Amino acid sequence: MPEQRAISMLTILFDGIAYGMLLFVLACGLAVTLGLMNFVNLAHGAFAMAGGYLTVILTGRYGIPFLMCLPIAFVAVALLGAVLERALYRRLYLKGHLEQVLFSIGIVFMAVAAVDYAMGSQQQFMQLPEFLRGRIEVAGVGIGAYRLFIVVLCALLALALQWVLVGTRFGSRLRAAVDDPRVASGLGINVDRIFLVTFAFGSGLAGLGGALGAEILGLDPTFPLKFMIYFLVVVSVGGTTSVTGPLLASLLLGIADVAGKYYIPNAGAFIIYCVMIAVLMIRPQGLFARGSSR
Amino acid sequence: MITPPNHSAIIEAVAASFTHATRWRALEAAFWLLPLAAVLVFPRHYLLLNEIAILGLFALSLDLVLGYAGIVSLGHAALFGFGAYGAALFAKHIHADPLLGLAVAIAAAAALGLVTSVLVLRGSDLTRLMVTLGISLILYEIANQLRWLTGGADGLQGVVMKPLLGAFEFDLSGRTAYLYSLVVLFASFLVARRVVHAPFGLSLQALRDNRLRASAVGVPVNFRLTAIYTLAAAMAGAAGALLAQTTGFASLDVLAFHRSAEVLLVLVIGGAGYLYGGLIGAALFALMHDRISALTPQYWQFWIGLILVLIVLIGRERLVRPWTWIAAARAAQRTARTR
Amino acid sequence: MAAVLQTFALNMHFGGIAATQDVSFRLERGARHALIGPNGAGKTTLINLLTGVLAPSGGRIELDGSDITGLAPHQRVRHGLVRTFQINQLFAELTPLQSVALAACERLRLGARWWQAVGRHRAVVEHSAGILERLRLADVMNKKTALLPYGKRRLLEIAIAIASEPKVLLLDEPVAGVPEGERQEILDTLAALPADVTVLLIEHDMDLVFSFANRISVLVNGALYAEGTNEEVARDERVRAVYLGEASHG
Repeated sequence: MPEQRAISMLTILFDGIAYGMLLFVLACGLAVTLGLMNFVNLAHGAFAMAGGYLTVILTGRYGIPFLMCLPIAFVAVALLGAVLERALYRRLYLKGHLEQVLFSIGIVFMAVAAVDYAMGSQQQFMQLPEFLRGRIEVAGVGIGAYRLFIVVLCALLALALQWVLVGTRFGSRLRAAVDDPRVASGLGINVDRIFLVTFAFGSGLAGLGGALGAEILGLDPTFPLKFMIYFLVVVSVGGTTSVTGPLLASLLLGIADVAGKYYIPNAGAFIIYCVMIAVLMIRPQGLFARGSSR
Repeated sequence: MITPPNHSAIIEAVAASFTHATRWRALEAAFWLLPLAAVLVFPRHYLLLNEIAILGLFALSLDLVLGYAGIVSLGHAALFGFGAYGAALFAKHIHADPLLGLAVAIAAAAALGLVTSVLVLRGSDLTRLMVTLGISLILYEIANQLRWLTGGADGLQGVVMKPLLGAFEFDLSGRTAYLYSLVVLFASFLVARRVVHAPFGLSLQALRDNRLRASAVGVPVNFRLTAIYTLAAAMAGAAGALLAQTTGFASLDVLAFHRSAEVLLVLVIGGAGYLYGGLIGAALFALMHDRISALTPQYWQFWIGLILVLIVLIGRERLVRPWTWIAAARAAQRTARTR
Repeated sequence: MAAVLQTFALNMHFGGIAATQDVSFRLERGARHALIGPNGAGKTTLINLLTGVLAPSGGRIELDGSDITGLAPHQRVRHGLVRTFQINQLFAELTPLQSVALAACERLRLGARWWQAVGRHRAVVEHSAGILERLRLADVMNKKTALLPYGKRRLLEIAIAIASEPKVLLLDEPVAGVPEGERQEILDTLAALPADVTVLLIEHDMDLVFSFANRISVLVNGALYAEGTNEEVARDERVRAVYLGEASHG
């Protein structure tokens, strides 16, 4: 029945949007890190995993309400990011991409093994509050309450990020530092501090994304490795010079992935990889990026 | 035209430099005696030695691409795994002769390398990282999906090889396997050695150091890079084939990301750009793996990660060629003294 | 007289900026031709267009009568069009001997040989030795480029280009940044170039320009502003007006 098809298409579309928003929150920290510090941090997913596991532990073992865990996850992982930036990452900004890749792979391996040791290798399940479980009927289309929550929350986050980037002084300093760090520091902008704050913030967002995503994406020790390529696709397709680029890329990716897995179950997974390669071949700087001075 | 008195002296000096660069050192000969000596000294460790030989060949192929041509690849396992599956499938369905299967796997991997080299030529290092990673993930997914062909997650079992050259059975001790892998490794090494000392190899190093200037000197960039990538793909495919043939088994693991990461680590440990780095690194890595796995089998990944982090923080050069550290320190002392 | 290198209405636009405007330019065989102009005039852009590093927005380039506009950089080198770079573009990990030998191999069409070692090709050995000697690099021939002093690196920059046996040599500020004491070596080398090699020299140093070149073209804002013999250009009022501002900055 065509009506059924339309409804399931809408459901898929909505699911894809939710998935995409989630990817956006997860990946935008990586986009900024890459654009700002020119640093390839393949361990970005490990921060997301940290947020996810932290939330699982807090809700499961200590009964802290899910909604309260979200800001806790953000802050805690942001702090973790700040510490690591100061202690380790800072020394690697000037090294080549190969070194950075090797380093971040090393961090991922350590994180994956450590989490496996501490929490076991099974999937973790999140205790969601009652009002987020179940479905809501909107114009005959069944929408998951949790997915709706994610879409709304992530949209608000995206708007907030856009406002910070475009409307605040910090945002303009950040954009200046991204465009040309040397000139920016020549203008008196404390590039070091911006790097630290941005890295921490990006990691915090990843942690928040991990907490939000545990229910939809699944959470186990291999999370950083599984989703590494997705973050990279978002960043390579969306570019690193804006908020809207990665947002659009994430939405496209989310919808394509969900639709692909539904309509062509066998091919769904690697359509994404092919799209990424195609984009990189045609426009190495990303579909939505404006040219930068680098 | 009067030939200045030292003109022929300079020609001789130039010729001598080149001869010096290509001559086999005593140290090299000694190095190649070690794997043979191992046969006598470690007769019960053939499996481990075989692993080292295969990993060494894999790392050697990456050295050509990364150390000599400067192509950063995060998906070298794609070529390794393609060769492994190629050899396994050929043995299982067509003919189980090892050398024939090796040839088929080499051809298949080279073809894959040739086709994907197009994607590796363009863009920055970062683009190449992502593209090579993407290729290996695509291949992994394809192998995963084609369960009827590859055995999916369970892998392709029951690959039984005919005797090598009709005479040497693949025995349980692994001796035939090891010597087979060693011979293939040595042959590949000889080819690689020839290539890097030839004009082609020189042009690769120029491409690595300064692609713009290399093309301004007349080097056809894309042809040369495609050629070396294809050659390296053939070698990586050979390594994969050896694995499948000597273990009688091929699974998705041969295409997994951790294999690409591990071969990078191996090359970094041993040092890229002088051909022996991959071999030395392979030996060290396999021995480490053996020791650490005996102690903490599941958490081997943690230790690799730690080693990677430490290597990068301390610095590849200093760790791998400590004499460069000493030389740099001496140079710094000299400049300090002349001030 | 046959023009060995010629451009026809060459144009280059970057977005809204016209870096090269309608440049029609000819180099006579054996010429010692200088290209001068204020900073930002588009001299290096023109070199990049001539050598194929940039693809023009419009116009044509001919080398020895044949159209090379569509050729890749390495193909132009094979036709004899060679350049040096204003900022040294060298091979950090290679020695001067290796760098020069590389150029020699490509020149002798041996670059794709993969079995015989470089040193077994006698022609490469002799050619490299000759270049190293002429460019006074023989004493540092086995030192890694990264460890060489600046003057030697600048010499190497030129040596690599000369090793390609150019028909047309484009020199982009060859003595830029070279200390006084080491300039002479480079200048002597340039003076010793064979007469049948056509040279286009980009320079700011007017002494060098007037001593080396016999024809000068002036590029301003991407367009050919003036052209002629040394005397003609030196006398040109408009050129002096453009340069009077430059002269006070030195």
